[in-house]
Amino acid sequence: MNVTNMIVAGLGMMGLIAAPALLCAQDIGAMRAVTDERLRNPEPENWLMFRREYSGSGYSPLEQITPANVSRLKPVWTMSTGVTEGHQSPPIVNDGIMYITTPLNLVYAVNAATGDVIWSHRRQLPFDLSLIHPTNRGIALYGDKVYMATLDSVLVALDARSGEVVWEKPVADYRTGYYMTMAPLAANGKIMVGVSGGERGIRGFVTALDAETGEEAWKTYTIPSPGEPNSESWPGDSWQTGGAPVWVTGTYDPELNISYWGTGNAGPWIGDARPGDNLYANSVIALDVDTGALKGYHQYHWNDSWDWDEVSPPILMDVTRDGRTFPGLVHAGRNGYLWVLERGADSIRYVDAKPYVHQNVFASLDPVTGRPTYNEDAKPGMDKPGSFCPSLSGGKNWTPAAFSPKTGLLYIPANDNYCSTFAGTPVEYRPGQNFTGTKDSSAYILDGADHIGELQAWNVNTGEKVWTQEFDLANWGPVLATGGGVLFSGGTADRMFRAFDATSGEILWQQKLNSGITGVPTTFEVDGRQYVAIQSGWGVDAMRMQARLDEMQGRTNIVPQGGVVWVFALDDE
Amino acid sequence: MSNNDNKRFEVKRRQVLGCMCALGAGIPLIDATAQDATAMIPPQPGDLLGHAFGAKAGQAIGIDELQTDAQQVFAFAIDPQSGNLRNGTRMNQVLLVRLDPATLAADTAARSVNGVVAYSGVCSHTGCDVTDWNGTEKRFQCPCHESQFDPRDGARVVGGPAPWQLAALPLTEVDGKLAVAGEFEGRLGFMQPGQNPFEI
Repeated sequence: MNVTNMIVAGLGMMGLIAAPALLCAQDIGAMRAVTDERLRNPEPENWLMFRREYSGSGYSPLEQITPANVSRLKPVWTMSTGVTEGHQSPPIVNDGIMYITTPLNLVYAVNAATGDVIWSHRRQLPFDLSLIHPTNRGIALYGDKVYMATLDSVLVALDARSGEVVWEKPVADYRTGYYMTMAPLAANGKIMVGVSGGERGIRGFVTALDAETGEEAWKTYTIPSPGEPNSESWPGDSWQTGGAPVWVTGTYDPELNISYWGTGNAGPWIGDARPGDNLYANSVIALDVDTGALKGYHQYHWNDSWDWDEVSPPILMDVTRDGRTFPGLVHAGRNGYLWVLERGADSIRYVDAKPYVHQNVFASLDPVTGRPTYNEDAKPGMDKPGSFCPSLSGGKNWTPAAFSPKTGLLYIPANDNYCSTFAGTPVEYRPGQNFTGTKDSSAYILDGADHIGELQAWNVNTGEKVWTQEFDLANWGPVLATGGGVLFSGGTADRMFRAFDATSGEILWQQKLNSGITGVPTTFEVDGRQYVAIQSGWGVDAMRMQARLDEMQGRTNIVPQGGVVWVFALDDE
Repeated sequence: MSNNDNKRFEVKRRQVLGCMCALGAGIPLIDATAQDATAMIPPQPGDLLGHAFGAKAGQAIGIDELQTDAQQVFAFAIDPQSGNLRNGTRMNQVLLVRLDPATLAADTAARSVNGVVAYSGVCSHTGCDVTDWNGTEKRFQCPCHESQFDPRDGARVVGGPAPWQLAALPLTEVDGKLAVAGEFEGRLGFMQPGQNPFEI
């Protein structure tokens, strides 16, 4: 179905036959504009942003679906996206209207209860684009607009009711290796995005555009230029091509008016190629939302040689240590450590960290600063192989963890027992081309390992792991936590979408879908009925890691591609 | 893809854009609108081939500069009028590799000169630059998704997700330099949603 037909079909289902924009406005006219107040205090029935809350919790208070009744979950509607590759976008819902993005930047607006398509928009991408991660992680809603960051590094603003383009603003030159995959972050009149492309010699940044006009409000690089604080952590001109991309939507503290972003690794990938700490790669950075000023940072590990992008932003939650409760930043690192930090108006303070998967690289952590020392044997160097755990895919990759205030537990989708080896090789910078500088890359599984994927539950206050659910296969499943005490996640190559007991980790229900699931599950309510939504569509890094595992284990997991939106609810008894 | 196919691809693209604009999508082209027009033209018969990158960027490539079985060299065609590289788009990138002439398939040998073969540098999977070289197997490898292509046999796919071979560029020799003998043969680039490869 082409775009015209899709719109016509959508209108037909609504029983309307006049101009599209007008008709859409009538159909979804009851939908409220998305205000700062609503984003700060989202209604239980809605899922208005990437992780539903600015804190990054991935938690909804909806409680109709419980461990006692989740076995009655049935599909209500499905919809093919018409696209292959890795579908990673959360179905975002405002007053019964769902917004979905797909790989290669299609957007659909759909009636969330019926599945009727209201409008769609496809960005016509340049014919000379080069796509290493042809995915998208969702839209932002703000005012009456929908915002999408594109693979050709453009921020697109659409009318939320009609899908018509309001404005399009390039934020970087895709021909030099920049691209964007994240859902934008909307706050205080600004739309913020970060850039991907660390494997191609970009210089990472976060930028804020005026939500109404698209004019640039500020742009803060993740690598300082010469003369700026910490610029001495980069040798020579390496800062210009040092990577430190920003892949995933930041979190936000409205009281402090500070946004928190995770940064990727430096480029080239081998630390020997750029001696120094390489700030602010592999860090969390705190940016003032009004000005972009750097208000604090914490570098999880310095002079990375492992491709351990720390792309996930920390989750904002209160943490208790020794009887004192403080505003925390909690991050399950790609480097395999679970980090607890304290956030303040002008600082980020290290509290503590411990491994949550096998990790052979850190010899020790400084008790005050958290700075690690390294087992040098496990650090790849120029022409020197290093073998390290977790693998370059990390203990947890981009897949968001979730925090439930109801159980007080943090839920981490992890991969354990899987490790990497590679060595460095000189690489010449060429705009837009691969700039990783690695060779002899391989992977291995730890002796005696009986599984790879995990879903872990942690009590951050006690620092204890409460339960682990293990999977034979790798796990690339973002996690949804709900007030009903049920977690939802996919992530394994067997195409299962699962419900877990949030307290015990027991698998309560599972359904095999059309393809593997790396999408972000969400939940919402329309007319008193709770729904759970997920996009299924296998691809990108999850596919590559499982293929490599299969090769090592002498087996084949055939996972058909193709995106489908699935929406579930309890059946009527 | 024949010469005509290349042109039809462009026409197709304009048609798609026109359709989207009619729907009010208002999509601007941001790719290379300000580029020198000759730099956007794909390699033309008679063009010499020049180094794409490095200290010799822009200089015509002599056949004897290429070592047998060594990693591919990136090139662009040189516009004979201006002497500039046709490097306005990465779709014009050419991979050059020199192989034992006795190992080349017949079709490939017909496009080669002294064992040197030329292909598009753009992967047919998702459009990445095919920068890596598997010296053991003598294959091109894409760094993005590990698609592998056999340069001795039309750059056919021998591993990974790529759906079809790299477009081939026929070569000839002019005074010991590598020159273009014909336009790209085969489908250039990769498929995006809405593009039906069977319509092109």
